[in-house]
Amino acid sequence: MGFLDYAPAPESASILSLRPEYGLFVDGEFVDGHGEPFVTISPATEERIAQVARADERDVDAAVAAARRAYERTWSRMSGTDRGKYLFRIARLVQERARELAVAESLDNGKPIRESRDVDIPLVAAWFFYYAGWADKLEYAGLGPRPRPLGVAAQVIPWNFPLLMAAWKIAPALAAGNTVVLKPAETTPLTALLLAEILQQADLPPGVVNILTGAGETGRTLVAHPGVDKVAFTGSTAVGRQIARAVAGTGRRLTLELGGKAANIVFDDAPLDEAVEGIVNGIFFNQGHVCCAGSRLLVQESIHDEVLDRLKRRLATLRLGDPLDKNTDIGAINSAEQLERIRELSAAGEQEGATRWSPECAIPDRGFWFAPTIFDGVTTSSRIAREEVFGPVLSVLTFRTLAEAVAKANNTPYGLSAGIWSEKGSRILAIADQLRAGVVWANTFNRFDPAAPFGGYKESGYGREGGRHGLHPYLSPSTLATPPAMIDTTGVTGSAATRASASARSAASGRGGKGNGK
Amino acid sequence: MTDSTQIALAPAERAVRLLGGDVTEAALRLQLEGLPGVDGVGLEQRAAALSTRSVKEASKRAALDAIIGLTDLTTLEGADTPGRVRSLAARAVRPDPSDPSTPPVAAVCVYGDMVPYAVDALKAAGARGDGTRGEGDGARGEGAPGDGARRAGVRIAAVATAFPSGRASMGVKLADVRDAVAAGADEIDMVIDRGAFLSGRFGEVFDEIVAVAEACRRRDGGRAHLKVILETGELATYDNVRRASWLAILAGADFIKTSTGKVSPAATLPVTLLMLEVVRDWRRLTGERIGVKPAGGIRSAKEAIRYLVAVAETVGEEWLDPELFRFGASSLLSDVVLQRQRMRSGHYSGADYVAID
Repeated sequence: MGFLDYAPAPESASILSLRPEYGLFVDGEFVDGHGEPFVTISPATEERIAQVARADERDVDAAVAAARRAYERTWSRMSGTDRGKYLFRIARLVQERARELAVAESLDNGKPIRESRDVDIPLVAAWFFYYAGWADKLEYAGLGPRPRPLGVAAQVIPWNFPLLMAAWKIAPALAAGNTVVLKPAETTPLTALLLAEILQQADLPPGVVNILTGAGETGRTLVAHPGVDKVAFTGSTAVGRQIARAVAGTGRRLTLELGGKAANIVFDDAPLDEAVEGIVNGIFFNQGHVCCAGSRLLVQESIHDEVLDRLKRRLATLRLGDPLDKNTDIGAINSAEQLERIRELSAAGEQEGATRWSPECAIPDRGFWFAPTIFDGVTTSSRIAREEVFGPVLSVLTFRTLAEAVAKANNTPYGLSAGIWSEKGSRILAIADQLRAGVVWANTFNRFDPAAPFGGYKESGYGREGGRHGLHPYLSPSTLATPPAMIDTTGVTGSAATRASASARSAASGRGGKGNGK
Repeated sequence: MTDSTQIALAPAERAVRLLGGDVTEAALRLQLEGLPGVDGVGLEQRAAALSTRSVKEASKRAALDAIIGLTDLTTLEGADTPGRVRSLAARAVRPDPSDPSTPPVAAVCVYGDMVPYAVDALKAAGARGDGTRGEGDGARGEGAPGDGARRAGVRIAAVATAFPSGRASMGVKLADVRDAVAAGADEIDMVIDRGAFLSGRFGEVFDEIVAVAEACRRRDGGRAHLKVILETGELATYDNVRRASWLAILAGADFIKTSTGKVSPAATLPVTLLMLEVVRDWRRLTGERIGVKPAGGIRSAKEAIRYLVAVAETVGEEWLDPELFRFGASSLLSDVVLQRQRMRSGHYSGADYVAID
């Protein structure tokens, strides 16, 4: 046995105590759903993990009503300090149960435990910690002295970072004083349900967060529900468009974080070894299931061969296999459906004349897998250079001049992220100014921080998540002397709103023991 | 550029091949300054990522044995005595007297004046081969990586060239080297003149290494292996480490070594990774294989395993060979032996169950 055939080092799935069946999390309790339950499987083995309830219209009504009650009676009246206490508590519980959450995430999503353990879960805790700090400082959010929450937020999240996306959505909404109905993706409901347990553990008031599992139909019902004040969606551009149509004209606020086709631009003066690492991290992190993945490598003509050679050598050391093994670099593709899409686009890439290359790599018999793949000689008009593959597939294009690099990088309907690799700081700044992308990484890629706003241009969506900007989608600018609950746009809550006077709110905060006492 | 940059340097074979007939200070400078930069943040992230590899069970057992076989067991104290060197040599041959299956270390590393005692002690232990070991053939080509060192028993490495500071005249440094080689050293660990390097006098450093490599020749025509210590803790930037590594290789180093162990920081994983990238690139360019030796500060088996991972995933498994990779360490061996005992017996013993020097 060679040294590199590391003996298996699996993280133990036995630290999880999963229930065989999960209901919907409504008004602080797990309840049965009215739809036909479905099964969530591990994409690495296709084995059943648990049965999950499916929410239908009645369940959505109940969840939105619970969120409304919680908003009016508790959450909007509570002081920011107390809301912050709950969020801090959730963050600490996430840290305490980090190992368990990481295992659940890898099991349900297929991502390597190395990533769920070292990236996803620590970021989840960081997001709650960060927005916990904002809860009592909303007057500094840049929206005037007393910005107001919106009400009930309907949030629909994707399957690529299931728990992290839940944190991105829930933390700022709660910090700003809104209540939430969250729908996790159909293929990855598990960690959201574990989060529901954590919310119970944290003694979060019932109804402040409601979690509805289900498929696209559940999501459609939720975002179109007349009782919600705000819709937030992360996912594909196609679904984003449908949601924008459904929400248009209703007065509800909408933020969308959609697809991407990021350019990763490598100049001839780049730190080559680190650039190669960055390219790998840009597109093969999380099997390429990253909306901001650096899926288009733009490499300067003069170093094309050198970079490709180094990249191929590096790819040969990537280890594909059991997501729960601590030495796995590339896990499973999340679903059969997604695998099919990756295969189809890769076949199109070959048909369009690009040169396909993958390292030698044993593919397990069961589960959904796709070897890391590079397409060289891709033209800007190829499908694999224009459409989001959302898989471990890198398209390589070259450029000669700076202007050409910028033109090619911007030549996409998307605009979520971009990367620049150069040792020359002035060049990085000049290029970053010209790129139409929400996030531009310099000499790194796929780095996330709760303090940094994230979001897109063009078809990558609108609105920002993270940082002070991430609060704005959940707040209205202040109108002085108007208490928060008065601005309820749905008009459902007249009497409760008038009760929520300043004195009532200070009384609520006087009972702050609720926040940290139990 | 002043005229001094046109000064011809020693025509070291590798430099002639890469830079062309006239090896000048200017050509050397262009080569070194034309190397791609190093992004420190990215390098350290890569090193940290390699550190997360989980080496368990059979892999760990193999790794522990590999570490022992790659160790230069070192004592470099002013207070070293012949008795201590004899004890070190005995331990080098049999790191764990309670387990005869424990492999010997690669070499003992001592000051030049201690070489005769090491020779005697290793001879007495029957670990000195037949006198044909240690044929430094400089550039090793594509041939199969031998386990030469193990067949030949334990080698003797001597630090030289006014170790650790390198502050002495050229004549003294060369005499230091010749003396150690004559006394029976198989390997010479030299230090570069960091003062000259940092002030940009690359040619001076280059010529010095070439001269030391020449002084490594034995009367019988063989040559002691040359390890060039860069003392990365004094080089200030990763870019400098990369340049110094190239400079040492061009001048004829068989091994590039991080540190003397007398300066902090000594070996770190990012610095070692960077040097491994240089030897990987050199291999790509020329087919030649150069060794890497992190030294100083590696005290635990766990840490050493991270270095093995970095080696295997950067240059390949074939580098896990005493001809191509060494640990310079004094206390590392104790922890590796302890871990090895733990894997055999299922429980930890304690420091008193592991021999000391």
